[in-house]
Amino acid sequence: MKKERVSILEHELVPKHEIVGEEKVAELLDAYKIKKEQLTKIKLSDPVIKEIKAEVDDVVRITRRSRIAGKSLSYRLVIE
Amino acid sequence: MGLKLVARGKEEVMEKLRDVELELEEEIAEQIKEDFLPVELTVTSEEMSELFTEEAYAEDIALMLGKAEEGEIKQGDIELKVNKSGLPDKIKVELKKKLRAVRIELSWEKLDAILSKVVAKYEKAKVDPREAVGIVAAQSIGEPGTQMTMRTFHYAGVGAIYITLGLPRIIEIVDARKKLSTPTMTIKLLEEYASERNKAEELAMKIQETHISDIGNIKASTEDKSVWLSLNEKELEKRHMKRAEVKAKMEDIGADVQIDEMEDGQLRIHKEGIESFHELSKLEKDVSKKLIEGIEGIKRVLARRESGGEYVLYTVGSELKRLKNQKIEGVDFKRTTTNNIAEIAEVLGIEAARNAIIEEMINTLNEQGLDVDARHITLIADAMTMDGEVKQIGRHGIAGEKASVLSRAAFEVTVDNLLEAAVHGETDELKGVTENVIVGQPIKLGTGAVELVVGK
Repeated sequence: MKKERVSILEHELVPKHEIVGEEKVAELLDAYKIKKEQLTKIKLSDPVIKEIKAEVDDVVRITRRSRIAGKSLSYRLVIE
Repeated sequence: MGLKLVARGKEEVMEKLRDVELELEEEIAEQIKEDFLPVELTVTSEEMSELFTEEAYAEDIALMLGKAEEGEIKQGDIELKVNKSGLPDKIKVELKKKLRAVRIELSWEKLDAILSKVVAKYEKAKVDPREAVGIVAAQSIGEPGTQMTMRTFHYAGVGAIYITLGLPRIIEIVDARKKLSTPTMTIKLLEEYASERNKAEELAMKIQETHISDIGNIKASTEDKSVWLSLNEKELEKRHMKRAEVKAKMEDIGADVQIDEMEDGQLRIHKEGIESFHELSKLEKDVSKKLIEGIEGIKRVLARRESGGEYVLYTVGSELKRLKNQKIEGVDFKRTTTNNIAEIAEVLGIEAARNAIIEEMINTLNEQGLDVDARHITLIADAMTMDGEVKQIGRHGIAGEKASVLSRAAFEVTVDNLLEAAVHGETDELKGVTENVIVGQPIKLGTGAVELVVGK
């Protein structure tokens, strides 16, 4: 019997998370004229963060499947 | 089910190809057919739908048809133009569909006019800056909430699994409770298991917790200071278990426990050093509580056929983490969910919890025949999850105590709040709405949030 590792990243409730490069973060913050701390947060202990191996202070881009817009982008700052 | 999807996928491909054929020389169309058709044979329906997303399709078509020649609008032009418009995906898809239908009547001027009008309408429909969206959301959920039944239960299927619904459920979600009154999982199965009743029910038995007390009679005997277990053949058969398996699984009840099988099939469980009746009854308890199969905490599992013909398991009790770790064959974990949002946050992360809050709330409202715009619910889910953990919306909102003294005093126990603030020498910054209403200043919301100076 083949037992595959169950990856939570493939779960239908989990949207795509990806770490954003520093330049892109600067662009983003500039576009909205905000500071990093004003982004929504995601904890380091979050199972998805562990899976994609993001670190504190990283910004994660989340590609949501939205009922309203079809597809929407969101960003979270990784915190302790 | 899979077959159907493939068939539909093929139809779509053919339809798209027909559109393309109108535009192209026959031999090119033949070439495309050759390029496309092998895909249908080797790719699963899921991959297929991914291959033919609106964007991928648009790019392909644009590539194949090239740019327009002299004023004529081609399929690819519509795709490219709409894609560049900066509208949300959902509107883009709808717009493209409608434009494609009238393509022949379009001119460049008309296409541009339509696009700019749609963009203008979209911009107008956006919420105004500084609008109090939270209040609007609260009202939009609050009003239909008054029409909700105070106590409604609903059961899934004949076997009657009760699920809290209606107002109590909404309160449960918003309160971010960890202990639900009716926790339940919806376990989806892999195709092979989902299509057959027997296999689904067998799996249900495997997931449901089974203790020794469920499959046999236990008797404590003071004569030989042992516990006697006679297994119930019927129950064993129902669960596809063998005597030897049960015996093997019982070995780890305790280190110095000895299990002997008698000639009549009874099992004698003996432990060294049992002297008192108390110790004997403790051993009896350990034996009866020993988990033989299933997931601890899943009290009942019910297989039910869904409208799509797929068997789905519903459980009493929710243990998503244990289900994930046990990796039971046949369970499609990717599509398995629970109504316990705290569990989802723990196992699948904050974003999954956000999705679960939205889905659960919309489903609960729809169940009662209420239609609340997803935007309001999304806002609530966003607010609850923005700090990386699921926060409850309590009596004082999400943030907890308010910063303003006047605002607090206006809410409850006026004198106490004022006195307390006076003792500590608190300052009120007059930043919130309530404070400013009290002192008679314009509130900092909507048009009140901006100050205008007339330029000369």
